Amino acid sequence: MLHTVNKSPFEKNSLASCLRLASAGSVILLYEDGIYAALKGTRFESTITDALKNHTIYVLTPDVEARGMSVDKIIAGVKPTDYAGFVDLVTGNNSVQAWL
Amino acid sequence: MSEGIVKRFMYVNRKAPYGTIYALESLEVVLIGAAFDQDVTLAFVDDGVYQLKKDQDTKGMGVKNFSPTYNALGDYDIKKLYVEKESLEERGLTQDDLINVVYEDEDDDYAEKPALFVVSKEEMSDIMAQQDVVLSF
Repeated sequence: MLHTVNKSPFEKNSLASCLRLASAGSVILLYEDGIYAALKGTRFESTITDALKNHTIYVLTPDVEARGMSVDKIIAGVKPTDYAGFVDLVTGNNSVQAWL
Repeated sequence: MSEGIVKRFMYVNRKAPYGTIYALESLEVVLIGAAFDQDVTLAFVDDGVYQLKKDQDTKGMGVKNFSPTYNALGDYDIKKLYVEKESLEERGLTQDDLINVVYEDEDDDYAEKPALFVVSKEEMSDIMAQQDVVLSF
């Protein structure tokens, strides 16, 4: 299953709920305001680092760049992807759960 | 414009740009307030600090990058942008990561002066308490 998170972890508990309930091995995509969780140096860096042990995590780079954030600041292990990659993730997984 | 009552208006920004329309709408309302010659202050707390991140590049996403507008606020006599230090730190950001917002001081040979200030939560609290009208976004 693909889980998508599009809310900032500082504003909403969408990421926390996703990580609590997503089964091991499922894929997570961070996009829109969800990308702030994918960056080094924030309060949530260790949350993502821990989650990488059980999940493959992607981040949508156009949403990173739009917000003035550097792709170089993406936490090691989180995979950058683009809109075409987003489509591949949706078609490559049997279902999608959107954490709004 | 005739002499009207000048009130202290504060616009409190607590949301990141682009994910929702709040940041852009706030900016629109700020410019309206300034057009009525009011005493305008902007506060950036929580995810609102992300609105001021420099190097925003929306080409890949295909929407308008409105961050250059913050630089133009000085032309509307808006020269008080306060950013909460605690919100920045929690996000791994410093003032160096933010847009450099300045205004030209017409009483000082149009010298460029800073309009953006990083303040502690105690200072922000005091600034908020001094306002007549607070609009939250």
